[in-house]
Amino acid sequence: MSFSSRLRNVAMTIGFFAVEHPSLLDYVFVSEPVIRAKNIVKKYDEFVAVDGISFEVQRGESFGLLGPNGAGKSTTMKMIAAVSTRTSGSLEVLGMDPNTDGPAIRSQLGVVPQEDNLDQELRVRENLLTYGRFFGMSRAEVATRADELLEFAQLTDRANSKVEPLSGGMKRRLTIARSLMNDPQMLLLDEPTTGLDPQARHILWDRLFRLKERGTTLVLTTHYMDEAEQLSDRIVVVDKGAIMAEGSPAQLIRQYSSREVLEVRYGSDKNASVAKKIADIGERQEILPDRILIYSDNGERDLAEITKRGHHPTTSLVRRSSLEDVFLRLTGRSLVE
Amino acid sequence: MTSVAEIKADAENSRRWGWWYVAELRLREMRGYVSYVVTSSFGNPLMYLLALGVGLAHLIPAGIDGVPFLVFVAPALLMSTILSIGAEEGMYPVLGGFKWHKIFFAIHATPITPGQIVGGFLVHLTIRFTFTAGVFFGFLVAFGAVPLATGWLMIPIAILGAFAILTPLASYSAGIDDDRGQFALIQRFVVMPMFLFSGTFFPLSQVPDWLEWVGWVSPLWHATQLGRTVSYGLNEPLWLTVTHGGVLAAYAIIGAYLMHRAFVKRLTR
Ligand SMILES: Nc1ncnc2c1ncn2[C@@H]1O[C@H](COP(=O)(O)OP(=O)(O)OP(=O)(O)O)[C@@H](O)[C@H]1O
Ligand SMILES: [Mg+2]
Repeated sequence: MSFSSRLRNVAMTIGFFAVEHPSLLDYVFVSEPVIRAKNIVKKYDEFVAVDGISFEVQRGESFGLLGPNGAGKSTTMKMIAAVSTRTSGSLEVLGMDPNTDGPAIRSQLGVVPQEDNLDQELRVRENLLTYGRFFGMSRAEVATRADELLEFAQLTDRANSKVEPLSGGMKRRLTIARSLMNDPQMLLLDEPTTGLDPQARHILWDRLFRLKERGTTLVLTTHYMDEAEQLSDRIVVVDKGAIMAEGSPAQLIRQYSSREVLEVRYGSDKNASVAKKIADIGERQEILPDRILIYSDNGERDLAEITKRGHHPTTSLVRRSSLEDVFLRLTGRSLVE
Repeated sequence: MTSVAEIKADAENSRRWGWWYVAELRLREMRGYVSYVVTSSFGNPLMYLLALGVGLAHLIPAGIDGVPFLVFVAPALLMSTILSIGAEEGMYPVLGGFKWHKIFFAIHATPITPGQIVGGFLVHLTIRFTFTAGVFFGFLVAFGAVPLATGWLMIPIAILGAFAILTPLASYSAGIDDDRGQFALIQRFVVMPMFLFSGTFFPLSQVPDWLEWVGWVSPLWHATQLGRTVSYGLNEPLWLTVTHGGVLAAYAIIGAYLMHRAFVKRLTR
């Protein structure tokens, strides 16, 4: 075992230890924010798309913006990516101001936009070659790097294919490969898996997980709570351009929801009337058009109580709380409409 | 950990050569339609020369302006061909880069600046125009319509003329949000009249007086007159020749300024 790989093992052990003991994290790694956003605002004419949000992202962290359509996630990402001029507030990315040091910031970022903007006129591999050139890499460098990344994105056998016939998942992987051409310090992913089937999503998550393990800072937006839970160490919940809550997925669930959720259904015309009669059960309830959600730390016990009172639901389900419940609590709306 | 100063120094390479990387990309993209460019570069002049130059010339045995009709019309054919490509390139390819395939946004996610995107776009087109105009010029020389010695100056004039029409159009195209047939209107009511009333196939003096202004604002008329000057030595006062060059340069420079501004606005909004 070489010295450097032994050193890496030691570093990883410390790293894992630190992650297991979050209070030590700040002690072991001197915290170094790569993004510092204070009260940033973006207006399109009179319309306020981002309404004064503040957050910090540390190096190596995986940070998620979770919110419904139109929350301002993409707009925030574009300001970080130094391609959209903010209206006010202060923003620092890698110690620089995106409004004035755009090219220098962009040279260190990898960007996966919400909508794929691959070059349809070029072949798969050519997309990587030309993109790498924009970072000032030599022809030899881009060629080597492109082959590595095609491998990483499992696209080697499609290297000379046109872009158009690729599946949605393949295009997404190609976009991610392209974003890695410059070996970025930080990767910005705007809804990386929206519109993909479950299998394609899992392949993508696996690739992103590897990057995270290698220490790449990830900033992602999503409106899938499972994606946020899978990929983020820390999340901010955004709605209507403002931050509603912030924390790790587990913290958020602990803070804004109960341990368990009991879902009962009585049919859409009866849900509301039954809800009145069982209103005292659980810590809190949400009455949705198609079901009643009862929040407590023991769903089975509550279900037994409801049944004892003679309100037999047509279907019932006890599950653990999720970010969806956090979101419902914070905004009164579900995440995916 | 890279310091801010190191990052900025690193980004230096793309800062210096970014425009060329963009041109490189567009040249590579051209491979998809290179056969179209080559065939039309050879086909157009051949068609024009046979139909207008040779065919029509028989009907006007006296010639125009003291020279055979073919010699009179040759600069106009070259200019109208290159300028109309210029008009085309200033419309859909620009809107498409923002709206459909969004390639300008992809490029702007890298250290490349909007100015370099515009620069690369124009450099690529300069290469393309040089090729097409060069082939056209070759045909003109072969048909004896243009003297080689001074006539080659028509190539840079054609490129300047193409930019005079392209850059203002591109600055407009870059601001379009929805394609509601604007380009068809521009084609019909701006580009076409310019080509019809610009002293292309007959002298501008033959155009009714109340339409002569179209020629005066049309880059095609100015480019054509300059072309005639370097080709057969059109008899024109010097101030007018200078005006032709000045008008073309003004269009191209103000157009490029506006185009850059429109690109910055669209890419950073
Ligand atoms: N270029 C623009 N001009 C005007 N309004 C815009 C523009 N871009 C975004 N908006 C508006 O700003 C708001 C926030 O948009 P944004 O794209 O940031 O939301 P999002 O959270 O990414 O939503 P989604 O989940 O749908 O992608 C929306 O109401 C949107 O219509
Ligand atoms: Mg979005």
